[in-house]
Amino acid sequence: MQQLWLIPLFPLIGFLINGLFGRKLPKSAISLVAVGTVVASFLWVLKTLSAIMPLETPHIETYATWIQSGFVNIPFEFAVDRLTAVMLLVVTGIGSLIHVYATGYMAEEDGYYRFFAYLNLFMFFMLTLVLGNNYLLLFVGWEGVGLCSYLLIGFYYLKNSASTAGNKAFIVNRVGDFGFSLAMFLIVIQFKTLTFQDVMKQAAQVPVEHAVGMMTVICLLLLVGAAGKSAQVPLHVWLPDAMEGPTPVSALIHAATMVTAGVYMTCRSATIFLKAPIAMEAVAIVGLITAVLAATIGMTQWDIKKVFAYSTISQLGYMFLAAGVGAFGPAMWHVVTHAFFKALLFLGAGAVIYSMHHEQDMRHMGGLRKYIPITFGTLACAWIAIAGVPLTSGWFSKEAILGAVYHHSPIMYWIAVLTAMVTAFYVSRSMFLTFFGEFRGAAVPAAGHHGHGDEDDHGHDDHGHAVEKHDDRAHAVAHNAAHDTEPHEAPFVMWGPLAVLAALSIVGGFFDLPHFLEPALPPAEHVAHEAWLEIVGSAAGILGIVIAHIMYVAKPEMPDALTAKLGGLYRLVYDKYRVDEAYDLTIVDPLIGGSRSFLWKGLDAGLIDGMVNGAGSTARLVGGFARWIQTGNMRTYGAWVLVGAVAVLAYLGIGGGVR
Amino acid sequence: MPANFIPTTADYLRTLPEIILIVAGTLLMLLEGLAGERNRKGTGPIALVAILAAFGAAFLAGLDNRGPAFQNFLIIDDFATFFRLLVLVVGAFSVLCSMSYFERENNDTGEYYALILFSLVGQCLLASSNELIMVFIGLEISSIATYILCGFQRDDRRNNESAIKYFLLGSFATTFLLYGVAWIYGMTGTTKLDEIGKLVADPRAIDTPWMVAACCALMFVGFAFKVSAAPLQSWTPDVYQGAPAPVTMFMSAGPKAAAFAVFLRVFTTGFSTLGESWMPVVWISALLTMIVGNFAALTQSNIKRLLAYSSIAHAGYVLVAIAARSEIGTAAALFYLASYAFMNLGAFAIVTQFSRAKERYVLVEDLAGLSQRQPVTAALFTVFLLSLIGVPLTSGFFGKFYIFKAAIDSKLFWLTVLGLLNSAVAAYYYLRIIVVMYFHEPGQSADTAPAPAPGISITMWASAVMIVVLGVYPGLLLRFATISSFLPK
Repeated sequence: MQQLWLIPLFPLIGFLINGLFGRKLPKSAISLVAVGTVVASFLWVLKTLSAIMPLETPHIETYATWIQSGFVNIPFEFAVDRLTAVMLLVVTGIGSLIHVYATGYMAEEDGYYRFFAYLNLFMFFMLTLVLGNNYLLLFVGWEGVGLCSYLLIGFYYLKNSASTAGNKAFIVNRVGDFGFSLAMFLIVIQFKTLTFQDVMKQAAQVPVEHAVGMMTVICLLLLVGAAGKSAQVPLHVWLPDAMEGPTPVSALIHAATMVTAGVYMTCRSATIFLKAPIAMEAVAIVGLITAVLAATIGMTQWDIKKVFAYSTISQLGYMFLAAGVGAFGPAMWHVVTHAFFKALLFLGAGAVIYSMHHEQDMRHMGGLRKYIPITFGTLACAWIAIAGVPLTSGWFSKEAILGAVYHHSPIMYWIAVLTAMVTAFYVSRSMFLTFFGEFRGAAVPAAGHHGHGDEDDHGHDDHGHAVEKHDDRAHAVAHNAAHDTEPHEAPFVMWGPLAVLAALSIVGGFFDLPHFLEPALPPAEHVAHEAWLEIVGSAAGILGIVIAHIMYVAKPEMPDALTAKLGGLYRLVYDKYRVDEAYDLTIVDPLIGGSRSFLWKGLDAGLIDGMVNGAGSTARLVGGFARWIQTGNMRTYGAWVLVGAVAVLAYLGIGGGVR
Repeated sequence: MPANFIPTTADYLRTLPEIILIVAGTLLMLLEGLAGERNRKGTGPIALVAILAAFGAAFLAGLDNRGPAFQNFLIIDDFATFFRLLVLVVGAFSVLCSMSYFERENNDTGEYYALILFSLVGQCLLASSNELIMVFIGLEISSIATYILCGFQRDDRRNNESAIKYFLLGSFATTFLLYGVAWIYGMTGTTKLDEIGKLVADPRAIDTPWMVAACCALMFVGFAFKVSAAPLQSWTPDVYQGAPAPVTMFMSAGPKAAAFAVFLRVFTTGFSTLGESWMPVVWISALLTMIVGNFAALTQSNIKRLLAYSSIAHAGYVLVAIAARSEIGTAAALFYLASYAFMNLGAFAIVTQFSRAKERYVLVEDLAGLSQRQPVTAALFTVFLLSLIGVPLTSGFFGKFYIFKAAIDSKLFWLTVLGLLNSAVAAYYYLRIIVVMYFHEPGQSADTAPAPAPGISITMWASAVMIVVLGVYPGLLLRFATISSFLPK
């Protein structure tokens, strides 16, 4: 026993302390508890892993019987194999860094204790998710992180857009979770167990399904679940809105950890997926479409966090693409490297936003590298990593994915390469807009950036402070009032984590993760990597950077001309392919309209209220009858006993007795 | 039993709980007489110690000394152990609450606890009886003690009414049972359940099957009365409402569970071959019981009466499990009775406390605003009520879940649907109490409510902990219930 339960327990303790007593604690104590518990769990992960390496077979710890009903026996069980080990390190490692960062970022916020309580609770559920040794326990964590995500997106709950975004995330995830639960029911029916090892052992015996069968249905339902949590088309709409949450939340939950849970779950179920080629193809196609759509949207956005949000969706698409072509190892590799550079991008964006006094529109930035060189330096590392500059972490995992995709389908490969170029382009675009050229912030009058004319659906430039006066006070304290308009560097607690993540983004790819993961994943066929594939992939990334440089640094007038020329297509992409509008039109509006006119006024007020009132009066009638029997008179009662006895006697004596 | 029968050590060890209780009860009566007026206190703790000792003895007997006792008149199997432990736990908590109650009422006397102990003896015998005469004796020991307990506050008219009604109707219903016993003895020549079971199954032994079915009916009437199943439930509201609160608590959990125990044993071991015949009776009775209990509870304003109807409704759920006629059903019934006992102990502990001297505050409306004056008590009461509704994470949820699952396994789809609809109706009157506690302004009653006495606090907390623990880890109890659900056919 390695006491695995301690790993999630530490953050849970942090949650309980901060959640119950945080209101009365000083900020330093809250930070200490919040960061300390997560670091403790990181250290415990390290200690445990060093004790149980090399971990060729899973290390399982059973604590209790959880549910025992008929043939279904679901134990309360934690397990670590190499897959879990990787996730544990990512979650607790990056989690620790982001907690440290958040103590700086959130320093002036109201509800400081609430924020950290939620964040710790998130860590607890995320660790339960990766440690659980059966689908149901994974699902507990899965729902738990969904809850925390909801709470943290809506952290500025007085701000309407934040609560709406929280609701949206929660509701869209319901769709996915519904699919996931159906998948679990089918797994129980098919395999009579939910424990991973047992399910996989049996799944390995099943013949490959070339037509739609049980395995395919299970996998497609799992895909629905994964698509919800990992924001894949068409359930991706919640993630961009989730950026309403504080930036550390975006980094931890909506980039590095929670949203990769879908990929983790898919890799966990790899053995089942391999039996369902049709479902695999669906996974790959969903991933590819997501990658392309989100990347193109990323090219057009002005809000720096929105750009990175679409980038996250696009990168998750890559991971699904990899899983769909059977490259589970590279998919997980990309989960890890993406966690490094995307967390860094978000935290860096946070530092930029912080230094810009909660300005998120990139058109009001520019030239920031002079003002915040450390942030720029660290962000540059993430930039080259996601763009896929050779020998950075992102390059390794991306090339592994692209290689595998080529062997599956050259067409998919070329689309993916093109998308990689687009990826490099939009990240470079945001970097150039933010850090190069001239600072455009001062040029814009303070009042001006509250409404950017007609196309302002993105300028959430204040940080969601419902309490305006607090906003001013916070700024006055946080940023020396004398420099109120000038960007300035974030404190050490914020750039320290950035530096660590920057280092990881650069060198994090040298560890051959797919090889390490081999014992935990079903055996995959090794394909020889051809050199020209890597050259094409690298070239695509560099080309993307170059184009962005031309468009946004060398010839800054070019984008506008291009936009004008593309007109309608640009608008379509800029409006995110109008998926939200389509949902509004087909689902949301009919639902709300129908709820109002039919469900509320017709069904509820008319039929149900009528029925309830009817049921009420019926109930009263029945109750009245019961009361009428209940006269309180002994002889009545005696008579009833006799009536009952005679009735039973008559029934059994006359009708019964037949053997 | 042969005339030259000499009991063995094993016989005594297996019935040690009953022996302990009888000795302690007799001792308490003696002490009461010897001590005089002044030194009456301390009788409660003695009873408590006796119950705990009996619990230990029952536990040990169940652990490694199972088997028949006294020539197979009694049988200490897992089933008997389950119920003996259950009624003793109920007894212990009832004594704890009674001590506070009668201290308050200034009537803390030894004979009360002696009666509780005697009633427990009867219930333990019921749980382990394997023979119809023992069934009758157990039922009478338990009932007669309970009749007196109901009227224990001699000066209170409500107590008197409760006791007299219970006594008269109870005696009336027991005659049916006794008549059934006589008939079956006349036909089979034995009162041993296993032998009856064999003879009833054998077409050559009995040539008038309708008479066996009639015996079955007569005994059903007797048991249905004791578990307050419709159409024999009419005594319950009046008796539960009139009896002292801790007595109601005791009656609704202990004797009822013991009556179900003997009901299950007689109908499973003795009349299992007639199952096809008696199942429809139980089916209808279960449905009627649920309907009467739940619908009549809707309009009650007196909380004791409300809980009495609720107890009728819950008996209906257990009858559903019996109608399933399977071991899963029996296990579900066992689980339900145990978890229901805790909900009831908790709820009545609060009623006991809150009613105050002479039980002046027993209306639902008296609880108004309790959450503001005593947030902990209100929260615990909420836990009990949610469990009575059957909300997940409480033991009540799994209790209902197992029962309806057993019913579905036995293809009782209509009963399941109607039962579930019934439990939806039930939510209304339980939630109403929560609404009153949390959303109404505190009145004079809540303002003057005293803090819970120690014994009542213990009962409340222990019940709440059990409810939540079983709501999260039902396996702890279900495993025991499953082992205990085996009854020879």
